[in-house]
Amino acid sequence: MLFVVATKHGTKQMARYDRAITVFSPDGHLFQVEYALEAVRKGNAAVGVRGTDTIVLGVEKKSTPKLQDSRSVRKIVSLDTHIALACAGLKADARVLINRARIECQSHRLTVEDPVTVEYITRYIAGLQQKYTQSGGVRPFGLSTLIVGFDPDTGVPALYQTDPSGTFSAWKANATGRNSNSMREFLEKNYKETSGQETVKLAIRALLEVVESGGKNIEIAVMTKEHGLRQLEEAEIDAIVAEIEAEKAAAEAAKKAPSRDT
Amino acid sequence: MCSKSQRSVAFRFHRILRRTTNRPCFPRLRSSFDTAAFFPDRREGSKKEMECVFGLVGDGFALVAADTSAVHSILVHKSNEDKVMILDSHKLLGASGEAGDRVQFTEYIQKNVHLYEFRNGIPLATAAAANFTRGELALALRKNPYSVNILLAGYDKDVGASLYYIDYIATLHKVDKGAFGYGSYFALSMMDRHYHSGMSLEEAVDLVDKCIIEIRSRLVVAPPNFVIKIVDKDGAREYAWRESIKDAGVSAA
Repeated sequence: MLFVVATKHGTKQMARYDRAITVFSPDGHLFQVEYALEAVRKGNAAVGVRGTDTIVLGVEKKSTPKLQDSRSVRKIVSLDTHIALACAGLKADARVLINRARIECQSHRLTVEDPVTVEYITRYIAGLQQKYTQSGGVRPFGLSTLIVGFDPDTGVPALYQTDPSGTFSAWKANATGRNSNSMREFLEKNYKETSGQETVKLAIRALLEVVESGGKNIEIAVMTKEHGLRQLEEAEIDAIVAEIEAEKAAAEAAKKAPSRDT
Repeated sequence: MCSKSQRSVAFRFHRILRRTTNRPCFPRLRSSFDTAAFFPDRREGSKKEMECVFGLVGDGFALVAADTSAVHSILVHKSNEDKVMILDSHKLLGASGEAGDRVQFTEYIQKNVHLYEFRNGIPLATAAAANFTRGELALALRKNPYSVNILLAGYDKDVGASLYYIDYIATLHKVDKGAFGYGSYFALSMMDRHYHSGMSLEEAVDLVDKCIIEIRSRLVVAPPNFVIKIVDKDGAREYAWRESIKDAGVSAA
């Protein structure tokens, strides 16, 4: 199964190198991988923020059809008691990857009697994604993942991102999916070391840059060392969004007030 | 009240790790020597019948007690070996048998039960876990059998507390009281005499103590120390230790 995506700049020359994953183009591109990244860019927005004692994952919830049971669509999943994952891209591919990762978490516990570190499971998932960029007859996974967790020994929080090419790296805060560039710019401008509720607010503020505000358009999960992963209720999210809006309004008012005095 | 669909789910488990014990296999001959690799000269579990595991169901809870000695021939390696594993938040797995098999098999079951919980968002029911365990034993039985006897106790909100007796040859029974090992001769007799359904915690622990006293006084190589674990609506946890020999450095917790 190959990606058949119409390339905007598709000359006949380039088109010849994008059918099979195992073929490099003359200028060193693997087009199938790049098309997979396109699929990620069309997926819903996902953001992750690492605080000193809390890590927050947020995902955009596109409007749910009226008849759909929204509880069956869980976008932020736990891989183990101390690891969680959010992704952007093809959700069906995500199911496969998540399943393999969950098995690996338990398998690791069985063989070495230790829970996985965040880096280990990220390396595993990224390795899996890479394998599918170097095999015949398969296509890459069309998703980027944000993996968060606390290392079991040190208790240090960690946030990692993988992408369809199989690369991974650690981040203080990152975004993927739709409009991830604007979210990342926002985070770069506004990131500072936070903890607890401040981290949640930062994540929601980043998401609100690209998503319609409101509890029903955002899904947020908070991970702490003591309580593991906790999905926030819609009401909670609405409350925090209201706080953020109030703060924004207050900031605007403060900006306008001095000019009135002068 | 485990529905048939839950039972079939148990068999759809992905075997997360091939059974790693390198057991000797008989060559593939079409003869009666082919099949199960139980050594013919050893009565199955004879060495391990010194290990006592017993359990009973009370009013809204289940108790599993096991001895805590790790023995090899005439040597006692340690007398604080915990043989009752906490399978998940509301399940206990008391096991006796070959030391290597016991740990390997019970950990394998535990990890698969956890995997089910992560995949499906809800924990496995006690009956489903028992059937899965029994299924794994049955699958291995005629190839590379595990010599492990298991008492699986659990608490489900809809069913209450239940106890399952799982033999090394993959027998499965839902029981109110069960026991393994030489100690079972004494424990079952005591329980037959004093057990009644819906016992309170005090009565049940008293009965367990009676069984332990019986084992200690009547079994020639009786294990000195026992651990008692309980599972009820508040979860699975250690209840008490009964130690008659306290080594230096044996932690009672």
